[in-house]
Amino acid sequence: MWTFVAIGLAAGFFSALFGVGGGVIVVPLLVLLARFESREATGTSLAVIGLTALFGVAAFGVLGEVEWDDAVVVGLPATAGTLAGTWLQQRVSSRLLILLFAAVLLAVAVRLFVE
Amino acid sequence: MTAVALAVALGFAAGVLSGMFGVGGGILFVPTLALVLGLAQLEAQATSLAAMIPVVAVGAWRQSRYGNVRWSAALFVGLASGIGVGGGAVLAAALSEDVLRKLFAALLIVIAVRLAWSARRGA
Repeated sequence: MWTFVAIGLAAGFFSALFGVGGGVIVVPLLVLLARFESREATGTSLAVIGLTALFGVAAFGVLGEVEWDDAVVVGLPATAGTLAGTWLQQRVSSRLLILLFAAVLLAVAVRLFVE
Repeated sequence: MTAVALAVALGFAAGVLSGMFGVGGGILFVPTLALVLGLAQLEAQATSLAAMIPVVAVGAWRQSRYGNVRWSAALFVGLASGIGVGGGAVLAAALSEDVLRKLFAALLIVIAVRLAWSARRGA
């Protein structure tokens, strides 16, 4: 149980600092420290992120930093997209897509550095 | 209007990628909100957390049907994360926009390298 608490503390801190869900932290820690099988770690992390994001929205909402209209603009299409993505996952070869995705992230990082 | 249309398209793409690779929508939400919709970095990060709630709710629901969610563990980790969120939020609000943006860009690079590495090994 204390392992789970420690993972949660690290994930929450990371999530609030970067505005991401924390899956990047939760999945490997559940595998390494709690001996989860990788699919269980991914599935469980989604449920964790739901709670983490709720806490994050509460904290940043108090600070007045959450722009609800913009959250709807990206969040609703993403909800539809995630269903499509789960469906596609079973059907397309992903190696090229992963490399393309990685290249896009690098380009965005460069853009953010020069902004 | 064109910025909103682009943001909708990128939001959809973020969802597709998150469904395919299990990388959360946040790493694409934040740059979309900041660079396309013009939010400040801290606003973009806070808003990203709100945007991902329906996405992960749907994802957790689908994964639980495959028996992949261990709910008691999720509850412990998720509740403890609330304390971590407090610390992270205080730090994020204290840092300058510029430092916050560069930290986020560094995170993108780390994730890009990890993704490319996993593809190289054929995962």
